Amino acid sequence: MEFILNYIELLLFLFLLALGFFAGRFLEQRHYRSIRKREKALAKVLTFAIRFPPNMVERQDCRLVSGTVVISSDYFKQFIAGLRNLVGGRFRSYETLLDRARREAILRMKEDAHRAGYYLIVNVKLENTSIGRQGATPSFELFAYGTALKPSQAI
Amino acid sequence: MPNILMSNLEVIPGRRIKSHLGMVQGSTVRAKHAGKDILASLKNLVGGELKAYTELMQEAREEATERMTQQAVSIGANAVLNIRYTTTAVTMGAAEILAYGTAVILE
Repeated sequence: MEFILNYIELLLFLFLLALGFFAGRFLEQRHYRSIRKREKALAKVLTFAIRFPPNMVERQDCRLVSGTVVISSDYFKQFIAGLRNLVGGRFRSYETLLDRARREAILRMKEDAHRAGYYLIVNVKLENTSIGRQGATPSFELFAYGTALKPSQAI
Repeated sequence: MPNILMSNLEVIPGRRIKSHLGMVQGSTVRAKHAGKDILASLKNLVGGELKAYTELMQEAREEATERMTQQAVSIGANAVLNIRYTTTAVTMGAAEILAYGTAVILE
């Protein structure tokens, strides 16, 4: 009992680290599975970063579509990032975090277009904002938007 | 929301711009709800999506877009082109969302 009381801070830290590692990894893998599945289902919605739409687009009204997601880092990743800050180099744990958030935002934009019956999105813009407080676990907002159009012929 | 054509393209395929009416904009500053903030800080331990914040940002963006389109309608436009969004964290728990674009009259 005395041992626990003496090392309560250390134990709490280790508990949070383990929680972040296991729960964070589980959630990340589940999220990636869901992303891959939905990306396959929405593969027919085409996205382009071009500013001018191709000629095959007939005169149709267009629609602004967007997708947004706010994602947070976990305790383990934050700890690793803190260590990484000392030696520099690749932040691999943050790369996957931002990658899956960005893919999620793009998917939501595609879902938005698909619901309204559009299969082509042009002039896609991606935006990334850090909205975390100072000292807290960082969280990011990933926002994707573009113009959905209807092509006149099947592509 | 006023139902006018919105796009982040500069030129709409097959539509001619009759006249330009200048830039319109709409912005909003939103803060986080304290209760939701506590829940979010718990979620911070395991990571993942913060749904309450996603909704908050979405609502804020809709609000900014609506203000922009209202401004466009009030000057007689029937479309807003080349729409851009920017987001800035102004203080610790608040973000400003700005939507801007060019109000035009399409044929």
